[in-house]
Amino acid sequence: MTMQSRILSPVTDPSRRTVVRGTLGVGAAALAAPLLTACGGGPSADPKTVTFGSNGADATPKSAYAAVTSAFTKDSGLKVKTNTVDHDTFQKSISTYLQGTPDDVFTWFAGYRMQYFAKKGLARPLDDVWDTIGSGFSDAAKQLSKGEDGKYYFVPLYNYPWAVFYRKSVFKERGYEPPRTWSEFTALAKQMKKDGLSPIASGYGGGDSWSILGAFDYLNLRANGYDFHMSLMRGEVSWTDRRTSRTLDLWRELSPYYQQGAGGRSWQDAAQSLLDKKSGMAVIGLFLGQQITDEKLRADIDFFAFPEIDAAHGQDTVEAPTDGFMLSRKPKNEKGAARLLEFLGSAQAENLYMGADPSNVAVHSAADTGSYNALQKKSAELIASAKHITQFGDRDSDPGFVSTVVLPGLAQWLGHPDDGSALLKKIESQRSRFFTA
Amino acid sequence: MSSVRSAPPAAPPRAPAPARPDAPRARPRPLRLGRGDRLFLTVIVGVPLLALLVFVWLPALASVGLSFTSWDGIEPSDIRWVGLDNYQEIFTNYPPFWPAVQHNVIWLLFTALLPTPFGIFLAYQLDRKIRFTRFYQTAIFLPMVLSLAVVGFIWEIIYNPDNGLLNGVLNGAAPGHHIDWLGDPDLNLWAVLIASAWRHTGYIMILYLAGLKGFDPALKEAASLDGANGRQTFLRVVFPALKPVNIIILVVTVMESLRAFDIVYVLGGGVGSKPGMELLSLLITDNIIGESSHIGYGSALAVVLLIVSLLAIGTFLAQTFRKEDQ
Repeated sequence: MTMQSRILSPVTDPSRRTVVRGTLGVGAAALAAPLLTACGGGPSADPKTVTFGSNGADATPKSAYAAVTSAFTKDSGLKVKTNTVDHDTFQKSISTYLQGTPDDVFTWFAGYRMQYFAKKGLARPLDDVWDTIGSGFSDAAKQLSKGEDGKYYFVPLYNYPWAVFYRKSVFKERGYEPPRTWSEFTALAKQMKKDGLSPIASGYGGGDSWSILGAFDYLNLRANGYDFHMSLMRGEVSWTDRRTSRTLDLWRELSPYYQQGAGGRSWQDAAQSLLDKKSGMAVIGLFLGQQITDEKLRADIDFFAFPEIDAAHGQDTVEAPTDGFMLSRKPKNEKGAARLLEFLGSAQAENLYMGADPSNVAVHSAADTGSYNALQKKSAELIASAKHITQFGDRDSDPGFVSTVVLPGLAQWLGHPDDGSALLKKIESQRSRFFTA
Repeated sequence: MSSVRSAPPAAPPRAPAPARPDAPRARPRPLRLGRGDRLFLTVIVGVPLLALLVFVWLPALASVGLSFTSWDGIEPSDIRWVGLDNYQEIFTNYPPFWPAVQHNVIWLLFTALLPTPFGIFLAYQLDRKIRFTRFYQTAIFLPMVLSLAVVGFIWEIIYNPDNGLLNGVLNGAAPGHHIDWLGDPDLNLWAVLIASAWRHTGYIMILYLAGLKGFDPALKEAASLDGANGRQTFLRVVFPALKPVNIIILVVTVMESLRAFDIVYVLGGGVGSKPGMELLSLLITDNIIGESSHIGYGSALAVVLLIVSLLAIGTFLAQTFRKEDQ
């Protein structure tokens, strides 16, 4: 039982949430959960304040959220008390956080990951809010914001596409053409390697193993189509399916072109190697832009959609994770929280946010796109042209399954990409543990 | 407390309030406690006892109970009894389990065979009043003072594949070598073990140094008069005489190995178990902390670790005390 004391130690930020997380060590969960629930009502329900739990701890999103909330305060006279927690910590402790005394409104992600908490009764439906804000969103966005019971649980703020990013100047200097098909893509990678570049920037070390999912999702989507991918993610088909092994076979074809030493590198360092012209391409999200410190460089960045593998599916799907907000199950200031959510679901809030963080694309149809940079414009077009939109590997699936089974498996395999079937068997053996309950 | 009051009068009189000269007694009687004393004892024993029960034993027992259930940690009404299913799954169908057990064993052997003896060696050398001994002591003990997060950051910088110290040095010696210390599953456990040893050595050194400071120099003198050389003096005289310290060091080493967690967690990026670095403690947190938690499954893993720990410590204590009794 020494474990309990150890769980706390790596956490440096002694916030309330991490303390809760620590308390919920090994067996203490049984004790603490009901206790925390009991004090869920909270003592002070200040009608003039709404609490807001944010995972935007980095400088850019932090200032962007601050701009949004201060505008809301000016607008409504309600104070917003923001409680910011490091992104990864926020995600890891979300379950205990929501069972404890969560903030009224909190940042979260669309997709299965949102539906899971809605299904567990840890979030409150938002149908009233959507009566007000609904007209500003496309059907796709509406679909994305609903739980499995058909009620709204989510207010989207922005999304960002995943694609293959490159530097225009590198392509121009060397005479490369953005590839459209798989064979063009592998040929280009081969050429880059010959030219002394790392063809595909890669960094999934430390806590960044999630970043390899982008490649996996696209390979699977392009080779086997949207429907198969979603069934796989939701645990409805076997991982040992012939089609999944084909995805791994394709991936193996690409693996010699990955940047070396990827298992120990952060995604930021991988992105930096692209910016430094050491790597030729990167399969990554638009958030790559957060790595840019020299604004002049932004104009030199471009992307192309992940290449076509099977003509039957073409490039019909775009991976565009959507971030937004949810309402906790027992908000202390329900009316104020609803007003905040209505504000967050407005074009004005999105404009304010995007003004501070230009590496995302607004979801609201009336949002101001005039000030978009070229990357944002192209991103918006890419997303708008997609037939299907996926969220991301760990948002379309059970996050526990992805983080404890799929990711370690794929990361290990990618280090020595040989026998894919052994890996798939391993993953398959764990599937029922996560999806039958 | 009851044991305090009902101690049999026949028990060896371990200084039960030395009989006062003005009221001599035929034989020492058990001490009668006044009301204030009793209250004091109740509080001073009762509060920690209660804390121990509530914060250690109750959760431990709850863990054992939960290990036979399946639960997502949200609604207590969802707790479902599954009997031994979790254990069966863990032992037969949980890919990271056996690697984790193996890594825990490697951890124990490595720590016991390398940094621990090395720490003792350093302590012995530093005790010989060499020049700058304070400086060396401080330098070697320094890692122990740092928070583990900081230790993690330091080694992250050393192991970084692109601009890390280690690859930089290697590149100078043999260009073109590019070793992925923390990313390669065949390598990363050893990389982490080195980082852990860096810290552990100082810890052992200071413990042993404390023991050596209390060591009677006359014994050493006698040994040298008998013609023992340095090695013989240490192995035949000093080491056996420092048995209490040796026991502490052994317990510390075993405990540190079994509960190894933090440095792996930090160097693994703070996301739970990584390929090549699975440990039982990490598998437990993998299953319990996170967006979809499997409290029952994780508890079963925790119980496995608890049993292993109890076996290790229990065997050791039994051995030690049996010898002591003889």
